[in-house]
Amino acid sequence: MSHSGDATFKGADFAAALEDAGFDFFTGVPCSLIGSVLIALEDRGYIAETREDAALGLAAGAFMAGRRPVVLMQNSGLGVSLNAIGSLQQIYELPCLLVITWRGFGGKDAPEHLVMGKVMPELLGSYEIEWRTLGDRPLAEDAGWARERFDASQKPVALVVPPGVLG
Amino acid sequence: MSKLTTRDAVASALPALDGYAVVCANGFISRWACSVKDRPSHFYMIGSMGLASSIGLGIALAKPDQPVAVLDGDGNVLMNLGQLPMIATSKPRRFFHMVIDNGVYASTGNQPTISTEVALEEIAAAAGYARVARVRDAESLAAKVREFVPADGPSMLLVETAPESGPPAPRIPFTPEEMTLRMRAAVGAGR
Repeated sequence: MSHSGDATFKGADFAAALEDAGFDFFTGVPCSLIGSVLIALEDRGYIAETREDAALGLAAGAFMAGRRPVVLMQNSGLGVSLNAIGSLQQIYELPCLLVITWRGFGGKDAPEHLVMGKVMPELLGSYEIEWRTLGDRPLAEDAGWARERFDASQKPVALVVPPGVLG
Repeated sequence: MSKLTTRDAVASALPALDGYAVVCANGFISRWACSVKDRPSHFYMIGSMGLASSIGLGIALAKPDQPVAVLDGDGNVLMNLGQLPMIATSKPRRFFHMVIDNGVYASTGNQPTISTEVALEEIAAAAGYARVARVRDAESLAAKVREFVPADGPSMLLVETAPESGPPAPRIPFTPEEMTLRMRAAVGAGR
């Protein structure tokens, strides 16, 4: 998937919106759909992890050390993350913001993304993860919602990023 | 074959870890640690096997002045081997990584791991840990704890132990949420 200048928002503006909302620890595993966000987060101490569940471990430690963590990943990494979410974040009440790209969106993508792309909404629902799709509202509004739900629920919350939203 | 037990390993390390955030891997390691010496700055895992090292690294990266210890197991390290180079390249200033290597998945009935054939501390050394060692007896265990705990840079001390034979350690008396709150109170302030 290529991402030209006609994306809805700039990745740098999303990174700034997350910071303005109070998020201050960034880790994850890359996806091309959020390449511009990751570049902008390098100045904010982004930590490139080796696996998405390890990034959730980092986020858990960072929260206990007083931070508000964000874990960025492709939705393939959501599969890797489910045990950590269920047996660490949710039961210990270790909140984090998950920024998850939506590969396989609309059934149009490489074969390896189609199954997760289709079941992701149900999967997030089954895990009782509150989530929103990014791109329908101003970035500050979605970042503010994530911060509010993070603080109120003390559980992981998610912003899902479809193709074409961030460039 | 080592005569040391998981209890011996944690009992040797914990008195040296005042002021440390201590992340204990799930299973008997957490149960023995809690039973031998509990502090509010201890985090006992009951799930998410493999992630003790990641949680410890997260604390160290979020609060670089905070000393961190991880009491880990061989099965845990094997499950999250990618974290060894993460820890090595992140270079946390005070990071004591004890691996209690009994060669089995003890909690599930002592099924063997492959740690009897692979030296995990050598993998840590290759990844770039500042220092690593393997100990098999109480005297060298105590000596290496004294040497490694206050040293700069990530250290791995692998302790060869025998699988559990005596009565099991008591279960963790805290709820998961309680453990988060007390750790956050102990190390999360002052940021």
